[in-house]
Amino acid sequence: MIAAAAPSPLPAALKEAAVAAVVALALAIPMVGFYTVDEGGSLVAKTRFDWVAIAVAAVFAGRLALALWPPAWRLKPRREPAHVAVDGRFTLMKFFGAAAVTVAVVLPFLPFTDRYIIDVATTVLIYVMLGWGLNIVVGLAGLLDLGYVAFYAVGAYSFALLARNFGLNFWECLPLAGIFAALFGVLLGFPVLRLRGDYLAIVTLGFGEMIRIVLVNWQSFTGGPNGLTSIPRPSFFGLPFTRTPEAGETAFHEFFGLEFSSYHRLAFLYFVILVLALITNAFTLRIRRLPVGRAWEALREDEIACRALGINPTNTKLTAFAIGAMFGGFAGSFFAARQGFISPESFTFIESALILAVVVLGGMGSQIGIVFAAILLVVLPEIAREFAELRMVLFGAAMIGIMVWRPHGLLSRRDPSILLPLPKATGAS
Amino acid sequence: MLNLQGVHTFYGPIEALRGVTLDVAKGEIVTLIGANGAGKSTLLMTICGRPRAAEGSIRFDGEDITREETFSIIRRGIAQAPEGRRIFARLTVFENLQIGATVADPGHFASDIEKVFTLFPILRKRRDQRGGTLSGGEQQMLSIGRALMGRPRLLLLDEPSLGLAPMIVKQIFAAIAEINRAQGLTVLLVEQNAYHALRLAHRGYVMQTGRIVLSGSGAELLANPEVRAAYLEGGVHA
Repeated sequence: MIAAAAPSPLPAALKEAAVAAVVALALAIPMVGFYTVDEGGSLVAKTRFDWVAIAVAAVFAGRLALALWPPAWRLKPRREPAHVAVDGRFTLMKFFGAAAVTVAVVLPFLPFTDRYIIDVATTVLIYVMLGWGLNIVVGLAGLLDLGYVAFYAVGAYSFALLARNFGLNFWECLPLAGIFAALFGVLLGFPVLRLRGDYLAIVTLGFGEMIRIVLVNWQSFTGGPNGLTSIPRPSFFGLPFTRTPEAGETAFHEFFGLEFSSYHRLAFLYFVILVLALITNAFTLRIRRLPVGRAWEALREDEIACRALGINPTNTKLTAFAIGAMFGGFAGSFFAARQGFISPESFTFIESALILAVVVLGGMGSQIGIVFAAILLVVLPEIAREFAELRMVLFGAAMIGIMVWRPHGLLSRRDPSILLPLPKATGAS
Repeated sequence: MLNLQGVHTFYGPIEALRGVTLDVAKGEIVTLIGANGAGKSTLLMTICGRPRAAEGSIRFDGEDITREETFSIIRRGIAQAPEGRRIFARLTVFENLQIGATVADPGHFASDIEKVFTLFPILRKRRDQRGGTLSGGEQQMLSIGRALMGRPRLLLLDEPSLGLAPMIVKQIFAAIAEINRAQGLTVLLVEQNAYHALRLAHRGYVMQTGRIVLSGSGAELLANPEVRAAYLEGGVHA
């Protein structure tokens, strides 16, 4: 079909860019236009309207460019294919997955890997694990949870308190922390069973804050805002990572006849979280094929149809909350063991938002997408560290970029939980 | 098999069912016809416990199910292909059928799915396709197939012909007759397409504003001048 001569796009684009520029002006005057300096002990407000002009000009130019961008060049959000490819169905994803695991395993042994890299990689893996845990609740069961950090906190405090008060070690505490977090998951699950969508999100948000406020105020038990210090470090199956072990103990480097290096401990922690994360992934992939996992996905699609098919939505939702929370608890106790110090500061809402961003940017329900998103969201602010105060601006810009070009997340494809060989009757395509 | 006695259902202050009494015997196809808003769908949903009947009793196989939870009613052997089909859009046809089999004994899965594929051969072709990409008729077939996967003894169908081409409606009605004949499955069918429904059914009820106003065999109702005037006006008579 030949389109009627389209009106020249320029006036419309100019108008759009002007509106954007006005908004930018209104935002930039208070946020960029004024800054404070310390002059002889007193704060003085100074202005820098040249910066405002630059910001407004940049927004105008950017918006204009976006509006005039030829439609043919625009990236289109991809839709899920109707038919699942028969040949090489998961091969690309499998390849990515295998490559990612290989890189993750050899990373600590690579020559250029230093303490900093391993530290960032550990943080990435914590978020991967949290993302995979939250994905069970949000991606599979479709329950929007804005308070996931609560379970992370429960896991961290469970480990810290059990270790300090009862002298239990990391490996003994890990399952207990998971159980406690799962119990809190059920505790949150019960009151929100009837809620959906926005309402559910608000209540879970409140729950996350409640946990944090209890942690801040229950001074005698949790140490309040001062947090808990001297949390024991995990040992390598009884071998501590210390330069000079206590009498009767053998340190890790002595046992293996290595030069002492604090890098060993970091590398060990890295492998612990790698294994925990891989367990989370294996668990999720497996449970998707079981009736309960299928019921989660069905519940996400249509709760009424689920009821009509004899699925008990109460139990289904509670298991999703409990299992998602359990993995959050595992990650939390790892976090406490790694930091050696925890305080309520680490479990604020922004943390929940970040985990949710990992899941949403990754493409809800996509396991490998979550890995990419976690890398992006942890590494990007690290790279942007050099830009100091513009760090969060870059971060925000990257998030907007992703949402513009990949509105359904980096990888939004849902792979079927089961595919059988094609029946002969229809023949392979 | 199914017995409703003076059932009243409310949506807030609105009385949707005003004392409905109805029977479905084993092996029958019973149809419920009536205009929009007569309470047909509400009746099917009330049988499944949502909304719950405020008064009256619903008995299935002699046992009172009026106050039971939906999922436990379904587990007794009642399946529903709900209004609007309610396919799990992002899940494949196969996965949809798997979820339908939640309440059935897993040992029967392979033979049950084969039966569904024989009944609706198109579903076999569409097996790995996402539910949301099926045509309306295929979705309706999937909805019925999914309900059958639960090995029900009573099948509730809510307007299976809604929005479908006459050809497809014929196919679906033929399939319903087939499962009733071959497997002896009892069917309660809600329809606006009164002509087809009454031809298919052994017995029928006519609903008007929350009450049953007429009942009789399919042929009797088809011949009834009131029914003809109200529901078959302009319909196909051949």
